[in-house]
Amino acid sequence: MAQRFGVTREVRRSVALISVPFLYAILLLALPLGAIVLFSFWTQDFLTIDTSFTLANYREALTQPIYTQLILRSLAISATVTVATVVLAFPIAYFVSFHLPPHRKSLWLFLITIPFWTSYLIRVFLWKVILGYNGVLNTSLTGLGLIDEPLTFILYNANAVVITLAHAFAPFAILPIFVALEKIDRSLLEASRDLGESRSTTFFRVTLPLAMPGVVAAVLIVFIPTIGDYVTPRLVGGPDGLMIANMIQTQFLRLNNAPLGAALALIAMVCVTVIALGFVWLNRRWLGGDGK
Amino acid sequence: MSLRLYAIAYLVFLYAPILLLPVFAFNDGTIIAFPLQGFTTEWFGELGRTAALHDAVQASLFIAVLSAILATCLGLCAARAGTMASFPGKRGVMGFIMLPLVLPEIIVAVSLLVVVVQVLDLGLSNWTIILAHTLICTPFCIAILNGAFANLDPSMEEAAIDLGETRWGAFRLITLPLVTPGIVSSLLISFTISLDEFIIAFFLSGNTPTMPVYIWGLLRFPEKLPVVMALGTILVALSILLLTIAEFYRRRGLARAGLRDTGGFL
Amino acid sequence: MTDLITLSGVHKYYGDYHALRGIDLTIRQGEFFSLLGPSGCGKTTLLRTIAGFEDASSGSLTIDGRDMKRVEAHHRPTNMVFQSYAIFPHLSVAENVGFGLRRDKRARADKARAVGEALEMVGLAGYGNRRANALSGGQRQRVALARALILEPKVLLLDEPLSALDKKMREQMQVELMRLQREVGITFILVTHDQEEALVMSDRIAVMFEGEIGQLDDPETLYRRPVSRRVAAFIGMMNFLDATIAPAGARVALDVAGLGRCEVPASQAPGGVPAGAATVGIRPETLAILFEGESAPGRVVDGVVDEVVYYGDMTYYDVRIPGHDAPLNISMKNLIGRPVLEVGAPARVAWDERALVLLAR
Ligand SMILES: Nc1ncnc2c1ncn2[C@@H]1O[C@H](COP(=O)(O)OP(=O)(O)O)[C@@H](O)[C@H]1O
Ligand SMILES: [Mg+2]
Repeated sequence: MAQRFGVTREVRRSVALISVPFLYAILLLALPLGAIVLFSFWTQDFLTIDTSFTLANYREALTQPIYTQLILRSLAISATVTVATVVLAFPIAYFVSFHLPPHRKSLWLFLITIPFWTSYLIRVFLWKVILGYNGVLNTSLTGLGLIDEPLTFILYNANAVVITLAHAFAPFAILPIFVALEKIDRSLLEASRDLGESRSTTFFRVTLPLAMPGVVAAVLIVFIPTIGDYVTPRLVGGPDGLMIANMIQTQFLRLNNAPLGAALALIAMVCVTVIALGFVWLNRRWLGGDGK
Repeated sequence: MSLRLYAIAYLVFLYAPILLLPVFAFNDGTIIAFPLQGFTTEWFGELGRTAALHDAVQASLFIAVLSAILATCLGLCAARAGTMASFPGKRGVMGFIMLPLVLPEIIVAVSLLVVVVQVLDLGLSNWTIILAHTLICTPFCIAILNGAFANLDPSMEEAAIDLGETRWGAFRLITLPLVTPGIVSSLLISFTISLDEFIIAFFLSGNTPTMPVYIWGLLRFPEKLPVVMALGTILVALSILLLTIAEFYRRRGLARAGLRDTGGFL
Repeated sequence: MTDLITLSGVHKYYGDYHALRGIDLTIRQGEFFSLLGPSGCGKTTLLRTIAGFEDASSGSLTIDGRDMKRVEAHHRPTNMVFQSYAIFPHLSVAENVGFGLRRDKRARADKARAVGEALEMVGLAGYGNRRANALSGGQRQRVALARALILEPKVLLLDEPLSALDKKMREQMQVELMRLQREVGITFILVTHDQEEALVMSDRIAVMFEGEIGQLDDPETLYRRPVSRRVAAFIGMMNFLDATIAPAGARVALDVAGLGRCEVPASQAPGGVPAGAATVGIRPETLAILFEGESAPGRVVDGVVDEVVYYGDMTYYDVRIPGHDAPLNISMKNLIGRPVLEVGAPARVAWDERALVLLAR
């Protein structure tokens, strides 16, 4: 073992350093996550917790239509948000990466990230102002004479949730795609053109496949956190736009039923993770099969 | 060309809510809708007279400052270890520390709530929020600081040791000055995140609400909305200021290390 | 000359990778010493072991009679010029050069004078206030030199210091490094993969392969009397021919494929006389093509030109001779009146047994 001495000293230092944030994450993330897993198998007995192991919470969550509907709707909304965000974001990432001179890129990225860092609550609330019956959008459109009646399908429903979340997660989608696009060696595109591909076939045969890792990252980083949002559904979603996170919040803070809330949270997490992994797997397979 | 138009339209979409803020903050009417009623600074004045708001701001600042410092310290440890010798499982450990970046915040919130209230039977306070905010800010700090450390030539520190400095001296005299811009930018970013964070704070706040929690409360009272607009205007201005400073430091860090700019924070 | 650095039985493992495999080495006071070898052979590892940035897995290292086992890098009487130069970008040139004087008790003015002298020594007088970021590659190299030399180390370690420079600059810096070393009289240990650089600059060279030292000698001996085929092949060009040998006392009788029989003293087998089958090495410049009217005192074989590469001052020929598979590499000075032969032309090749090196197969 003396032979490995030189390696261990540096490794020991590196392990010692990383163990500080790691222990923090264990204490404040892993253990609490373990705790809600445990809770989800217990039951709330009025004011006390009944700690006998039971699947009752899961049974309730998976059989009561109110919960299953909420979960399904949340997944559908999250998926729609993800698709909308990524589809809207891709051209922007492409524009910044391919159509801007290098010294302008970081300014644009900065401009894109600024709204993301400004008060989330107020931003969501302002969408309500924009999309409302007497909102900015409706008054402007009526004023311009484009519509006679204010549009009502844009507030207090799932559409509003999708618009608002697509706005909230925009930089999360743009940045990974941008990074992937930046990594593409520009001479590959010239090579493709040189080999007789047109501009658009080059895009579909070279650029898009090479940008896929960024797109996948964007999908994951939008899809997973979206499921946990309860602010947007509460403010702009109306009764039909509520999501599972609202129910989790209600269980924990209003109904004081932490075990059921924990079970709902875990079910939502598992669904999201399974879908996300499935997506990654499909993507690998598709890209792998395509590449050979 | 059409792509540029789309990009501009997209920017309008991104900025629409923010641009409306000052419009309504200075609007002399309690209803947040067009047409505008006239100019007033009354709402800003009312901000100054609201004691509950002051408490909330104080709580938020306290939380944000401490979370920023703690998260940046943790980030420094992780980013520094990232540049050092690798060992089996390092990627896994790093991945776990970065997990809060993709974890829905509500999961962090409820799991901490369960532990603090039900398991440990402690009361909620600003400290619970600080602990949680440190957790979610750390990945951002790591991302920023990783950039700062990755730009360093590893033989720089060795050169200092070779010239007679101790390991700590080399870190203090060479590495620290070179990553200082990264540290400043990491502090500012985590400060901003913590100041804005609502989902976790709502679950974990004790007697004094944080500012976002306080704003959430105000949103239910239509007559309070113009005040919220005024507060939002100030917050947005502050955020933009902080971010500009952070960006400035990040670029200066790159310039110091003699590198060219390659993109944003993440 | 007295011995300054002694390594004995030094091994280094990176995990399971055996990077240094028993290095025994003595480096003398005041010499210009080079570690030469292909990339990945462990030169940098060995240099960093001497500097104290790597711990040897086993074996011992003494510098100036002191065992270095417990001595950390910042306490060793060595200083290093890093391959990347590692110039501190946030400090000025003078601050870089004076960095190691921080703990020095001297007065500030004395330190400033020392910095000025060091800068002058490397030809950067007056550059003190520049930002280190704004320097060219050659200037950075000089700052790195001044910064290391100002501490008057017993040994200066240089890790491929010239590899980042262009050819002209490199040749200029070679000369300057040699001048500097003579002036300061400090032992220099240079790591390089460039055999020409090592031959030009060094008093002695250790040729390394895969964590081992293949040969340690002065440049001329290394070139003329390589002890093994891989050393011979790494340094300069060498033709290798099969031979059967029969030792006879202090001399060895040879039958070289394609050339014929001859007899050489055992001293022409620097690696020891091999038994039975052997390889004979012969440098391209020791072979000669006989042009019209030229004659040789030694032996001659007939061949056919297979390839011609014209270099201006020289012409390189490949000549096929019967009895040997590969063509012989021959380099000829383009003296007045010598034509450049064409491919396919007959060529008479003169050789001399004094130029042969006997190597193990
Ligand atoms: N820190 C390290 N960890 C693992 N292997 C290493 C490390 N440093 C060097 N090596 C390996 O040791 C061998 C020798 O490296 P080095 O001394 O840098 O070679 P050279 O300088 O001769 O090119 C190489 O194969 C390299 O991959
Ligand atoms: Mg090397």
